[in-house]
Amino acid sequence: MSDHEYIPKSNFGKWFNDRLPLLTLANHLTDYPTPKNLNYWWTFGGILTFCLITQIVTGLVLAMHYIAHADMAFDSVEHIMRDVNYGWLIRYIHANGASMFFLAVYIHIFRSLFYGSYKAPREIIWIIGIIIYLLMMAAAFMGYVLPWGQMSFWGATVITNLFSAIPLVGEGIVTWLWGGYSVDNPTLTRFFTLHYLIPFLILGLVVLHIWALHVPGNNNPIGIDVKKPSKDTVPFHPYIVIKDAFALLMFMIVFAFFVFYTPNILGHADNYIEANPLVTPAHIVPEWYLLPFYAILRSVPDKLMGVIAMLSAIFILAALPWLDTSKIRSAVFRPLYRQFYWILVADVLILGYVGAMPAEGLYLLIARVATAYYFLHFLVILPILGFKERTLPVPLSITEPILGGSSNLAAARDDSRLEKLK
Amino acid sequence: MKKFLNLFFYIIFSISFLPSAFAAEKVEYLTTDWSFKGLFGKFDRAALQRGYHVYTEVCSSCHSMKYLSYRNLAQEGGPEFTEAEAKAIAASFEVTDGPNSDGEMFTRPAKLSDKFVMPYENVKAAQAANGGAYPPDMSVLVKARGGGVDYIYSLLQGYEDPPAGITLDDGVYYNKYMYGNKIKMANQLSDGLIEYSDGTKATVEQMSKDVTTFLMWAAEPHLESRHKMGFKAIVYLIILTILVYFSMKRIWSRIETKV
Repeated sequence: MSDHEYIPKSNFGKWFNDRLPLLTLANHLTDYPTPKNLNYWWTFGGILTFCLITQIVTGLVLAMHYIAHADMAFDSVEHIMRDVNYGWLIRYIHANGASMFFLAVYIHIFRSLFYGSYKAPREIIWIIGIIIYLLMMAAAFMGYVLPWGQMSFWGATVITNLFSAIPLVGEGIVTWLWGGYSVDNPTLTRFFTLHYLIPFLILGLVVLHIWALHVPGNNNPIGIDVKKPSKDTVPFHPYIVIKDAFALLMFMIVFAFFVFYTPNILGHADNYIEANPLVTPAHIVPEWYLLPFYAILRSVPDKLMGVIAMLSAIFILAALPWLDTSKIRSAVFRPLYRQFYWILVADVLILGYVGAMPAEGLYLLIARVATAYYFLHFLVILPILGFKERTLPVPLSITEPILGGSSNLAAARDDSRLEKLK
Repeated sequence: MKKFLNLFFYIIFSISFLPSAFAAEKVEYLTTDWSFKGLFGKFDRAALQRGYHVYTEVCSSCHSMKYLSYRNLAQEGGPEFTEAEAKAIAASFEVTDGPNSDGEMFTRPAKLSDKFVMPYENVKAAQAANGGAYPPDMSVLVKARGGGVDYIYSLLQGYEDPPAGITLDDGVYYNKYMYGNKIKMANQLSDGLIEYSDGTKATVEQMSKDVTTFLMWAAEPHLESRHKMGFKAIVYLIILTILVYFSMKRIWSRIETKV
């Protein structure tokens, strides 16, 4: 991986490193040449790692006190909130941590979309990322079921019932998933098991994600290939480490604000009512981070087609490196794509909004238009855009933008945008 | 840096818009100057003690509070009755214990470690006694309702005669803040219903405020330490962020690119 051979200084170091090259790995990670023009949107990779570790650590502590049983789960959560030392803190960090995790992952994904980080030679990094995102959704959904409140129960009922849309075997699959004929204790215990398992799968995939990243190296705001190491790069430590640390601290301030001052604002009040199979809540809504997909699901009148649309909305992302036909990575040099990008951002936000609203009247109409546009963006606009768009000239390096006199060169430079803002 | 602040505010903005997405049907609730809101929000001890008084005299005949124990009444950050007072309160309730060495169940006065005594044996009994409606457990009630404290506070004062055209069945009452406006709980509060030991005038508004404060504490017993710790944590993080920012500037000044 490293361009030069690393030789430890001490004899013991040499002896150890010959047998297990951990020191070479550590050296690679510190020296790893990183483009020096990475902006703050690139700090979310580190932030996401922090989120994952936070969820695993707080989750371990919660699992020591939580009881995965339909009759005791709700009580055990209240026990954590009241009688476990700092249990309220651990639980609020874990619950809000899920939201923070998704907030960060959405920024991370949309950064990729803007700067074309999914394009060759980074397709594998991108696809691993999509799998991580899928697993995150599964983990978050099952985690939301564990407190066994009303939204837990009915959310689980709605989502698992989606599988009944599969022709012929659907009903059988749902019964198999539930471990019975309705969402009940067997469902809760298996969800707990899987909720405990998935984060470690994610952790493994994160290692692969970073490994795959370290082969071609980071993309960067101007989306060009940089020579490594060169004047265009800085060693990961201390330059990127300190910048990531600064961004992480800013993120933690927002995180802390939620945990300490509005810990329940992102959850649904109904989840503080113990699960009751006989009473259906007025509106069953998933957590905010799943709302865009929920809106897509509900915008299709047919159940099976709705499920297919919802899953396609996620899986279409995996095909993105091939749907986007443009050779230019960064939207900085793609004036048309840049506009469609922001329309897509607005489209997803609108889907999220209507996902929280009842599926009727105007909301349903908006959801349908937004769903159609979502697919239009990926299936029609992106492939055509690559051929039709007149892109701006791209500089050859970060430090020495050649192609003299081109006005877009200024835009490529980190600091020049600052000047414009002043 | 400016760019980063933009990003920061963008995030805050986009988050602050989220909760509004959940407020599908908005009702203007009554509100009051809750002492426990804000960065340094604390419970008003006297209000908590009065609130417990209202709960135990009025609500507790139908509503349980199964997650609270009598010891909580003496706990820091709560009503902070003295231990002797809390013991006396507990002792005024009878609980069933056992079986004893003869295999018999017996009753004894409650101790600090006992949970609040429940008004009914089980949910079915509660429903039978209340025309089919189960009076919800009040331990986390404030967090289990969309409007939170304002909702409970409004509901208690929201009883009025039904508007023309609405007919109510027997045992159903009109409340302008209730979801669907129909509620199976009759108006419970009236001016001077109870007598506060601290001489506060027991108006409907006062009792609503006190008992809602008490319910807020019941749902969030660690609210005060949460606020205290939160302030310290955020100040700590801000100082650390500033220090790291200057270190970053220093480190990046070795190369010409700005951060």
